Amino acid sequence: MKPTDIGAPDYLHKVVDCQWACPAHTPVPEYIRLTAAGRYSDAYMINWHSNVFPGILGRVCDRPCEPACRRGRVDAEPVAICRLKRVCADLKDDIRHLLPKPPAQKNLKRIACIGAGPASLTVARDLVAIGYQVSVFDSGKSPGGMMRSQIPKFRLPDSVLDEECGYIINLGVDMHYEHWVNSLRDVLAEGWDAVFVGTGAPRGRECEVPGRLEAAAHIHIGIDWLANVSFGHTTKTEKRVIVLGGGNTAMDCCRSARRMGGEDVKVVVRSGFEEMKASPWEKEDAINEGIPILNMLVPLEFKHDNGKLTGVLFEKVRAEYDAKGRRSLLPTGEPHVLMECDEVLIAIGQENSFPWIERDVGLEFDKWGLPVLNPATLQSSLPNVFFGGDAAFGPKNIITAVAHGHEAAISIDRFCRKRDLLRRPSPLTNLVSQKMGIHEWSYDNNVSEESRKKVPIKAREMTLLDIKLELEIGFDPFLACAEADRCLNCDIATVFTDKACIECDACVDICPTECITFTANSEEDDLRGRLKAPAKNLDQALYVSGTLKTGRVMVKDENICLHCGMCAERCPTGAWDMRKYFFKTAAAGAEAPRK
Amino acid sequence: MTYFAKPKLLRPDTPKNALGYTRRDYEGAISSLCAGCGHDSISAAVVQACFDLDIQPHRVAKLSGIGCSSKTPDYFLGNSHGFNTTHGRMPSVLTGAALANRDLIYLGVSGDGDSASIGIGQFAHAMRRGVDMTYLVENNGVYGLTKGQFSATADKGSKNKRGVVNTDSPIDLVALALQLGATYVARSFSGDKEQLIPLIKGALRHRGPAFIDVISPCVTFNNHAGSTKSYDYVREHNDAVNRLDFILPRDQIEASYAPGELRRVVQHDGSILLLRKVKTDYDPSDRVGAMNHLQERHALGEIVTGLLFVDSASESMHRHLNTVEKPLNQLHDAYLCPGNHALAALNASLR
Repeated sequence: MKPTDIGAPDYLHKVVDCQWACPAHTPVPEYIRLTAAGRYSDAYMINWHSNVFPGILGRVCDRPCEPACRRGRVDAEPVAICRLKRVCADLKDDIRHLLPKPPAQKNLKRIACIGAGPASLTVARDLVAIGYQVSVFDSGKSPGGMMRSQIPKFRLPDSVLDEECGYIINLGVDMHYEHWVNSLRDVLAEGWDAVFVGTGAPRGRECEVPGRLEAAAHIHIGIDWLANVSFGHTTKTEKRVIVLGGGNTAMDCCRSARRMGGEDVKVVVRSGFEEMKASPWEKEDAINEGIPILNMLVPLEFKHDNGKLTGVLFEKVRAEYDAKGRRSLLPTGEPHVLMECDEVLIAIGQENSFPWIERDVGLEFDKWGLPVLNPATLQSSLPNVFFGGDAAFGPKNIITAVAHGHEAAISIDRFCRKRDLLRRPSPLTNLVSQKMGIHEWSYDNNVSEESRKKVPIKAREMTLLDIKLELEIGFDPFLACAEADRCLNCDIATVFTDKACIECDACVDICPTECITFTANSEEDDLRGRLKAPAKNLDQALYVSGTLKTGRVMVKDENICLHCGMCAERCPTGAWDMRKYFFKTAAAGAEAPRK
Repeated sequence: MTYFAKPKLLRPDTPKNALGYTRRDYEGAISSLCAGCGHDSISAAVVQACFDLDIQPHRVAKLSGIGCSSKTPDYFLGNSHGFNTTHGRMPSVLTGAALANRDLIYLGVSGDGDSASIGIGQFAHAMRRGVDMTYLVENNGVYGLTKGQFSATADKGSKNKRGVVNTDSPIDLVALALQLGATYVARSFSGDKEQLIPLIKGALRHRGPAFIDVISPCVTFNNHAGSTKSYDYVREHNDAVNRLDFILPRDQIEASYAPGELRRVVQHDGSILLLRKVKTDYDPSDRVGAMNHLQERHALGEIVTGLLFVDSASESMHRHLNTVEKPLNQLHDAYLCPGNHALAALNASLR
C-alpha cells in the first residue's frame, strides 16, 4: 500500500466517525469536551454554527452519529451524543451576544424561502448573516414547519422551538406567516434573486383498502392528525386505537394517542420488528408506555358498521428474500386476524407534493414527482430555484434538512455573485499537537469504562396525562460529565512520523486494542489479514507509514483505536503524536480555493 | 494524565486461549520504565508466550533481582507469584523455591548488572546445578538506573553516550551458560518478537536450566552510534543461526518445509521445537560446536542469535538430588513424622 496521506481532507475526518456520519458534520467530540468542562455556551455555539437547532436536535434528532460511534464497537453502547447536545442547550447562559451580527449594509440581494421548516430557516440564517435580505413564507402561524406540526410536545416543547427559531428570525429575517404560496410562477414574477423551496414532504401516504372511505370519520392520516393535535384542533382519541406503520411518525402517533384518552393503543406493522424504520430508542419508548408492536401483519380491510369503525382485518405474512436481497411479504396461509378498534391512524409513509408548482413553469420533475436537482448544489433546472430538506430528495430527517440548508445557502450565495456553483468553498481544517508534557495531554485520555447513562425521565403516569408535559428531564451536570467522559476523543488523531521511528515496538506493546503492527508492506487485502489483530472492518481505513529503516511499514487499523494516546506516551522519539483534528464545514460567503 | 492503567475495553473479536483468558489477562501493572525500553518488549513477549501456552497464571513464579530488568516482573503476569529479591540473589532464592515446590513454572528475570556483575556467582551455580527454570537476562550493556555506566557485558571498544570508550573485556553470559551446563541456551533481541516469543515458549516448556540472553537496547543511555547494543547496531549485526517454531503436542504441524531445511527436537513433555535453517548448517545439539561458533562470530563483530544449544534428554536438579515429588506444603504431618516404628526400623537397618 502507498503511505497514507493524512492531509487528504477526508482521511482524518472519517476517523471521527460521529462527525463523518452527521449530515451537517457537527464537531461532536469538541462540543462533548466543552460540555464536560462545563463550558455549555461554547459547546452550544459549536452546535449552533453547524446544526442550527441544538436544543431541538438534542431532543429529537435521528442521531446518525450514534450508530457510527466508535464506542459502540468496543463497548455495549455508543456515547449518548444526542442528549449531550441537549445538555449544552439546557445549561447554557444567555448566548445572544455570541450570535453573528449581520452587516448593517445589506448586499441588496433578495431571497425568498418557501416554508419555514429547518431547511428554509438554515438558508435564512446563513444568508442573513452575510448581508442578504431573506423573506420566509409559511402557511402556519409560527415557524418550525414539521418540527412544530409533527413532533409531539412531550418530546419537543414549544418553548425550545420558539427560542431557537427566534435566534434566526431575530437576525433580521422577514417572516410571512399564514401566507399560502400557491404559484411558483407568481413567486418568480416577483423578481427574487433566488428562491429556496423547503416545503417538506407534506402528504401522508394513504392506505387504500376496502372500508377506508366508509369509515373515514374514524381513520386519520398520521401526520395530519399529529398537526391537528399539535395545534389543539384534536384533543382526544377513542379508547381503542390502532396505528398502522413502523416509522418514527407511527411512534409519535401511538404515544400521542396514549396521552389523549387511548387506553388500548397498538402499533401494527407489515415488516418484522428489526426492519422497522423507527429508531430503536423510539420503539423502546413506545413499548415502555404500554404500547404493543405487532409485526408481519398487512391490513386487508377496515371493518365498519354503517360507517362506524369496528376493527381492522389483517393478513399474516412472512418475509422472503430473493438473490438480490429484495424482500417480498408472502401470506403464511394462517387465518386472518381481526383486531377490534374505534380509531385508526395511518402512518405508513410520507410523499412529496408540489401542487403549487406549475408543471409548465420550466422546472423539471422526475418520474417519482421529485424535482430534478444537482445533488451537489441543490440547484433545480430553473437556475434561480433551489431545493432542500424533505422537498429535495424525499423524506429524511431534520439534520439532513439542515445540511441541505447550508449547501443551498452556499449555492445561492455563489449564484448571486455569479460564481461557478460546482466549485465549492473548502472546509476549514486544523491539526494541532495536544502534547503539554511527558505524560500530559490537553485532553482527558484516560478512557472511561462506565456504561451509557440513562436519561432521567418524569414519572410515566404523570406524563401520560398531559401531552404537553416533556417526558425527559435531561442529564444533570454530573450525569452529563460522566457520559461525556465516555467519548473516546476520536478527533484527537494519532499522527505517525516515519522518519522519527526507531522501531522499538513500544507502541505495539502498549496498544490496548492491538491496532498497531510493523510488518512487510503488501496489498491492502493481504495486509489486513496479516495484522496483529486482523482488520476485518472494511469501512475503516488502514493508516500506512512510509518504508522504515528495516524495510517494514507501520500499519494502524483505525477501526477501534481508543485514542488513549498510550502509543504516543510510550514512544521514545515522538514519532507518534496526538493531534487535534478540527473540521468545520464551509459556510456561505466563503471563497472556493483557487485552482 | 500520568501513568493511568491501560483501558480495559477490548476489541470484540479479542482472541481467548484454551483457558478462556485474553492476552490482556497475562499483563501486569503499567510499565514505569523509559518510553521505548527494550525491556517492555520482552515483557510483552513473555505475556504472549504464556497466553499461547495456555499457562494458568497461578502456576508461574516470577523472581528477579535489582535493576531496570528486575522491575519488569511487575509489568507482566499480574496474577502470578512474584519475588523481588536482593541484588544478584534471584538464582538462589529461585533455587530454594524450586526445591520446596517443583510444581510451579519458574521464571527468573535478571539484567546484565544483576547477573554478570554482582550476581555472577549465583548465575554460575544455578546453571551448573541444573535448576529447572527459565533464566531471562535483559541485556542492555549499561547500568540504566545509575545513569548509563558500562556494565560487564558491554563490548570492549564500544562507546558510551558521552563518547567514552569501554576498555574492559565483556562477559558473554551465553558462553558461560554453555560452559556451565545449561541445557537450553538462546540469544535473542527485544526488537524481534518473531524470534523471541518461540524461544521463551520453548524455554518455559524445557526441563532443566534454560537460559535466554535478550539484547534489549536502553533508549536513554545506550542507543547511540558507537554502542553495540543499540537498535540499529543489533539489527545490522544480527546473525541468526536458526528460526524456531514452537509446537505444542496437541497442535498440528501445518507449515511445510523443504527436506534438510528443518531440525526437529522433541522435549521431554512432548512439545516440539522445529528449527528452520537460516544460513549455515548449524547443529544446536553440539555444545562444543556452539561455543566455537559463538567465539568465531563474535570475533567478526557479529551477534549470534537463535536457539544455540538444546539437550532434549536434559535432567534437572530434582533428579540429581532425588528430591520428593510433592511440594513441601502438601506433605502432611503423618508423612513428615512417620512415628516411632519408622525410627526403630531405620535404626535397625543401620545396626
